[in-house]
Amino acid sequence: MPTVGVKRDLLFKALGRSYTDEEFDELCFQFGLELDEITSEKELISKEQNDSKAAGASDVILYKIDVPANRYDLLCLEGLVRGLQVFKNKLEAPRYVRVSPVSGQPQKLIITKETAAVRPYAVAAVLRDITFTQERYDSFIELQEKLHQNICRKRSIVAIGTHDLDTTSGPFTYTAKPPSEICFQPLNQTKEFTATELMSLYRTDSHLKHYLHIIEDKPVYPVIYDSNGIVLSMPPIINGDHTKISLKTKNVFIECTATDLTKAKVVLDTLVTMFSQYSSQPNLKHVFISSSPHSESTETVAQLLTRMCLLSKLTGVGDQIEVEIPPTRSDIIHACDIVEDAAIAYGFNNITRTTPRSYTVATQFPLNKLTELLRQDVAAAGFTEVLTFALCSKEDVGDKLGKKISETGAAHISNPKTAEFQVARTTLLPGLLKTIAANKKMPLPLKLFEISDVVLKDKSKDSIFFPGRCAEIFVDGKSVGRLGVLHPNVVTRFELTMPCSALEMDIEPFL
Amino acid sequence: MADTGVVEALLLGLEKAEDGVDSLELSSSLGVEHQVVVGAVKSLQSVGEVISAEQRSSKHWQLTEEGVEISELGSHEARVFECIPVEGLLQSELMKLPFGKIGFTKAMSNKWIRVDKTSEGGPLIFRSVQTIVDQVREKLLNVLNGKDAELEEKEKSELKKRRLLSEVTVKSYWITKGSSFSTTITKQETELTPEMIVSGNWKDNKFKPYNFEAMGVPLDCGHLHPLMKVRTQFRQIFLEMGFTEMPTNNFIESSFWNFDSLFQPQQHPARDQHDTFFLSDPALTLDFPQDYLQRVKKVHTEGGFGSQGYKYEWKVEEAQKNILRTHTTAVSARMLYKLAQQKFTPVKYFSIDRVFRNETLDATHLAEFHQIEGVVADYDLTLGDLMGVLHQFFTKLGLEKWVEVGNSGVFRPEMLLPMGLPEDVSVIAWGLSLERPTMIKYGINNIRELVGHKVNLQMVYDGPICRLDT
Repeated sequence: MPTVGVKRDLLFKALGRSYTDEEFDELCFQFGLELDEITSEKELISKEQNDSKAAGASDVILYKIDVPANRYDLLCLEGLVRGLQVFKNKLEAPRYVRVSPVSGQPQKLIITKETAAVRPYAVAAVLRDITFTQERYDSFIELQEKLHQNICRKRSIVAIGTHDLDTTSGPFTYTAKPPSEICFQPLNQTKEFTATELMSLYRTDSHLKHYLHIIEDKPVYPVIYDSNGIVLSMPPIINGDHTKISLKTKNVFIECTATDLTKAKVVLDTLVTMFSQYSSQPNLKHVFISSSPHSESTETVAQLLTRMCLLSKLTGVGDQIEVEIPPTRSDIIHACDIVEDAAIAYGFNNITRTTPRSYTVATQFPLNKLTELLRQDVAAAGFTEVLTFALCSKEDVGDKLGKKISETGAAHISNPKTAEFQVARTTLLPGLLKTIAANKKMPLPLKLFEISDVVLKDKSKDSIFFPGRCAEIFVDGKSVGRLGVLHPNVVTRFELTMPCSALEMDIEPFL
Repeated sequence: MADTGVVEALLLGLEKAEDGVDSLELSSSLGVEHQVVVGAVKSLQSVGEVISAEQRSSKHWQLTEEGVEISELGSHEARVFECIPVEGLLQSELMKLPFGKIGFTKAMSNKWIRVDKTSEGGPLIFRSVQTIVDQVREKLLNVLNGKDAELEEKEKSELKKRRLLSEVTVKSYWITKGSSFSTTITKQETELTPEMIVSGNWKDNKFKPYNFEAMGVPLDCGHLHPLMKVRTQFRQIFLEMGFTEMPTNNFIESSFWNFDSLFQPQQHPARDQHDTFFLSDPALTLDFPQDYLQRVKKVHTEGGFGSQGYKYEWKVEEAQKNILRTHTTAVSARMLYKLAQQKFTPVKYFSIDRVFRNETLDATHLAEFHQIEGVVADYDLTLGDLMGVLHQFFTKLGLEKWVEVGNSGVFRPEMLLPMGLPEDVSVIAWGLSLERPTMIKYGINNIRELVGHKVNLQMVYDGPICRLDT
């Protein structure tokens, strides 16, 4: 679940009242969020690094709130406050409306066919007549970062660029060009670079180096120009310095370039709706129709939904409700999402508990039933049960048992972080032997057992036992396993010194 | 029992004494080594409250080896005096004697002798007094005879300096009568034997009391693993509630069943390399029910079944990728699909089995853990029904507060309808991990001591029975 950090005092100021920590925790819980942590910048640095590094940091109290992964409208203070205020009937559910400019034509963003080779889609919007304070500005930047990390999949699917409209003039062109042909002064630099030069420059930049791979090997790079040929940005890497935003910016041009159009729209909608409150006028989306759930009256349901920012009214036809889905709620894709919100507004704890009516007779899974019976009796016979890992190293099931890994029929993991996660076990034996090796201080004898799954691509022969001191087990003419004294080489490879005997058997034939 | 003669003598002595007996005094009056008396004291102590013995320590002056020699033969200076004839003795000759050197210096300072340095052949030593009193010897004899109190502290320190006397700490016992004092000691038995039972002797025997401070001998028996014990209890509860167990004996699953059929979009963070274990061999599953796969593709891409869908390009190559399952809900999906292929009947399913996450590991997280999952599918199930089932489940566990720990919900229509389940059927589900309640129940802080080969075997040996409802 993503976490949003907000300054507590700013939050309370925007909400119009203060809460104790418990009260706010309860409010979050009712709304469907979780207050995860109460901390400060100083505390965070202290925890992650050490106290001396935290020395100059801020003491201001931060609330860290967990929000559902698909609620992009709750990723910033503005969205949280709006959601909570409407939920508590302190604010009317906002309606977002697209507005034309006071004078002249709306801005245009022209997309050329060259972009298809690298990053086909783009959407754009303008936030007019906005007033930034330091806090609003920080929140604006922070939201872009959160979106980049989440829905944008680290800029690979969508990248956001925001620009001061008054430093530039449309119409804007989104195109793609060979890197050597792109030249501009990027953000925070004092001279111009070609795109090729920028790739080298940013290779050592701790922040930007992670995004270079998205376009690096392509024949053409994405780039946005204004009508005078000034570069606004080279997505997804960096914006141009010319159009950078400051606290004085009044009109913001937002562009989102992407490989997935739906996600680009969600991102744009989120940015625009969240910060439109600082603009003179806000925006809207589509409409959904649903039938009322049984237990409550239609009017009540409409009220509950409106409290969740889903403006609802009765159509007058039977018990139908018309629900307006604002652009902030891209997570609503089915009527069931609307019902969920109604339930949250109603309060889960207010729902009466009932029991499913149907009568069912239970059956045990035969393999598990047999396993349970066997476990009891093997323990009664004096063996101690262990529970070992299903993942292990190649050596554990190969070399250490005197086999070639290719002959074991093991399933291999493609992205193991360490050797301990290389393969899925083909036999339970290595786990047991490693358990003995880790428990050398325990008094002898050690008698261990485990009855659990192994993963096999196919059967294989064994070289595990001491010649002449082992046997194969047959039931009704079929081989089901082996038992015997382990070969000294096997014992040694597991760093043990005592003679060990083992039995391994497949219990599925007994079902 | 120690030397019974000494024991008896001790008891007798104690009987006569007014308040008590000192072990040192007793040892000298009996003429035995003090250690023998100590042994007797210890024996008597082990049979109950016959005697009471208080340890005391006292300082004692004793002759050193050299001191003993002097007490017998006389001090060096006295011996020097004795061996000087009337005509005198050459100093060089005197020095050859073992007591010569020290004795000469001492005798000179006592002014018992004089030296004539002028004589021919070397210095000559003469007596200068008629008789002497060998005070050193006398003092040492006093100490030997226990009359050391007659010596002043100064004298004792001087002799100590000459290493003729040493101060020793002697531990002794002050013995008094105990609550069950008697002059006869009965032998104490440790155990009841078959002979005693048969003969009836046990009536006359006294039995040594148990030492409850000592550990008993551990039983030679087998043990079940705590996590598995908790699993057995959960399994029991599900069965009692009428839930049928799902077949979960497949750690490897395709992305299709693990993610796509559950309406989790491709390009979702959970499907990343860093959260999921992907298989390089076998890498892909190619065998899927094709009609169903097409419906899943459609609902992801365009929507349908009342949904808008996710509106992205769904790729079958992603779905084919094999992984180690990240939840047992993949099995629930398979079961629901199977159910949908025949005439629907309401069902309750459960599973408790291993799942895998490729995440950061710490004291409470491992790459492998066990998930508990319950599923109910029925006509017109409501949120109230979900909450009711959860409440019953957690009540049976005696863990009402655990309701917060599990995850629960209603499966989406985008998941159920493509399978072919009837529109008025709802499916509710919930789950929690097995490790967490186990660690709390058994007081374990580090998950590695519970699961895996670094298990604390002593903890497994000592683990009590799993009673969830207390």
